Amino acid sequence: MKSTSLPLQDIEISSAQIWITVQTGLREIWSHKFRSVLTMLGIILGVSSLVAMSAMVSGMEKGAKEALIAIGGLEKVRVEAQDLPIEQRYLSDQAVGITMNDVYALRESAPLVTRISPEMRVPATFSANGKRFRPWNCVGVWPVAVEMNEHVVQYGRMFNKMDDEMARSVCVIGTATRDALWGSPEKTGEEVNPVGQTVFINGLPFTVIGMFQQYESEQDRKLRELAKAQQSNQKGGVARNRGWGRGRGGGAFGFKNRTVYLPLNTVWMKFRSGATWAAVTAGGNTAPAGATGDPRLSSLELKIESVDLLPESLQQIRNVLMSTHKGIEDFTFRTQEDWAEQIKTFVHNARLSGGLIAGISLLVGGIGIMNIMLASISERVREIGIRKSVGAATSDIFIQILVESVVIAILGGLAGLATSFGLVQMIRSFSPTDNAPIVTITALGVAFGFSVLVGVLAGIFPAIKASRLNPIQALRYD
Amino acid sequence: MALVELRNVSKIYRLGDEEIRALDDVTLDIDAGEFISIIGPSGSGKSTLMHILGCLDSPSKGTIQLDGVMIQNASPRELAAIRNRKIGFVFQFFNLLPKLTVMQNVELPMIYSGIGGKERRERSMAALEAVGLANRAKHRPSQLSGGQQQRAAIARALVNNPRIVFADEPTGNLDSHTGEAILQLFRKLSQEGRTIVLVTHDPEIAAVTPRRIEIRDGKIAVKIDLALAGLDRVAQSMPQPAGAP
Repeated sequence: MKSTSLPLQDIEISSAQIWITVQTGLREIWSHKFRSVLTMLGIILGVSSLVAMSAMVSGMEKGAKEALIAIGGLEKVRVEAQDLPIEQRYLSDQAVGITMNDVYALRESAPLVTRISPEMRVPATFSANGKRFRPWNCVGVWPVAVEMNEHVVQYGRMFNKMDDEMARSVCVIGTATRDALWGSPEKTGEEVNPVGQTVFINGLPFTVIGMFQQYESEQDRKLRELAKAQQSNQKGGVARNRGWGRGRGGGAFGFKNRTVYLPLNTVWMKFRSGATWAAVTAGGNTAPAGATGDPRLSSLELKIESVDLLPESLQQIRNVLMSTHKGIEDFTFRTQEDWAEQIKTFVHNARLSGGLIAGISLLVGGIGIMNIMLASISERVREIGIRKSVGAATSDIFIQILVESVVIAILGGLAGLATSFGLVQMIRSFSPTDNAPIVTITALGVAFGFSVLVGVLAGIFPAIKASRLNPIQALRYD
Repeated sequence: MALVELRNVSKIYRLGDEEIRALDDVTLDIDAGEFISIIGPSGSGKSTLMHILGCLDSPSKGTIQLDGVMIQNASPRELAAIRNRKIGFVFQFFNLLPKLTVMQNVELPMIYSGIGGKERRERSMAALEAVGLANRAKHRPSQLSGGQQQRAAIARALVNNPRIVFADEPTGNLDSHTGEAILQLFRKLSQEGRTIVLVTHDPEIAAVTPRRIEIRDGKIAVKIDLALAGLDRVAQSMPQPAGAP
């Protein structure tokens, strides 16, 4: 029999009909409040843990990226000395090392390099105010190093070209040096400005002409301000407050605070050229005969035009250096790419494992929904029979059960989103300061989307089961 | 042409190796506007016949034509559409949905035929008025008496203006007085031109209908059992209800 002879074969399901179905679903959920809430709990937990997990990872990612920017960003390339490759070992006495020649050559011939900052490191011991301190990074540099490494001078000034030309005995220090020699603001209760003080570096007197600001992560700054506010309420609580400065001792920010900059020429004249202090003060300003000196730089810091051009830039730098080094490969590049890559890998892994766990709990929530839907339809066999007898098609029953399942999942998902904010607040209160969780819209969207998906998947089987009920048997059922 | 034409319809169930012929080669015509009862003891096959007539079930053999359309091979979806538009059911246990109001119960068939909200309300109100339940529209079925629930069920059966109404033991769950009133209602509907099929085991109830069909062992009984058909007591004085003094 051809079905075309039937005048009423297809009942289109209109949006109004869907709305009625949703209302039916809501009524059903409302009439079993406790049961529905218990069912939703699975979805609530799944969604909120998914959001909280993602917020935690985002927080860690942000902390890591902040640190990355603090050490100069992705455009920075470092050229360092390196042992010769094995096939060039016999040339080792010909190797010149990294010298100022490289700097001039790069400036002339490597247009992709926008800034060059040579560094000459000095193992130095600082003494002043009756105290001694060994900063992590005492280097002779050009004034450009400030921009290169994103330093900000808080007090005084950075030394300029003139200071460098004249090889003046001046230095710009980080807060760690100040804290060690003159005391930190927290200990002394006031901010010490060391500008104008004399400090002895390896026994030679230098004038402090500037100090960088205190570097810290966003979170540390907030905490410090909070501590300060609380401190002002306490009487004599200056030295008592401890422990908030976690980030100060370690991490990229801590190292940055332990930087000391000297003019490059000063370092060369006073610590490297072989001239003795006596000879310099005698006015000779040149190395005495027989003194060889060591013109090698410890490293070059280069800033390239853009990260996108990194491979090309490295090739250009390499070409220039290969010519100045007579083909001897006694240098190597270090980029932040590796670090950025590591951050990416870490974030990816954390997302994956956290997502997996949250996904499993969502799945469990979905199983809960399926369970309750199956229980619900076996309670409602008669209802389904009645609906079929008045003309509900298989698809109508299927949609009704599916909509109910999805409605539970959507309500659970929304409640889960609300819960996740509380959960994130809780995590924030005991997580490490750098990595405060960040709730992203994407995370909320993804978590909600997954809850809806789980609702659909959990509803399909019960809906098929319900829609296949035979109306005659369903009507007889008591 | 008759409204319903059954030709050689059989329904065969298999229980293991055994073959059970619930309906055996039934041929039957029902004309539009007829008021007819199908009687028979339980297990006679009258329910199976009603299910097949009512498009709840398909026959194993034979052909059915309903309102000019052959339906023995119709898909479940097409059967659902036919049930929705052309058939109304009234059951022994009323079968109203307890979570819906009377009004919403009556609206139910129209929801599945995709009729808009305003028209649904108007038509269900009209149907409730026709059965005398307009003042109970907002009540739940549990707040109504048995007779009122059955009236609501009748309103639901009529609301989509079906070609034929099947009533399966409609008074079986009511006291005799209320049952009487429900039968009166059916007779009134019949006089208004509805086609009504009354399925019952009770000859007194069957006696209200001008035409009676008796089913025995899956077949239409050739010779009508006068006692079973209620003809021994009821004369041709229709519309006098059965058992009335």
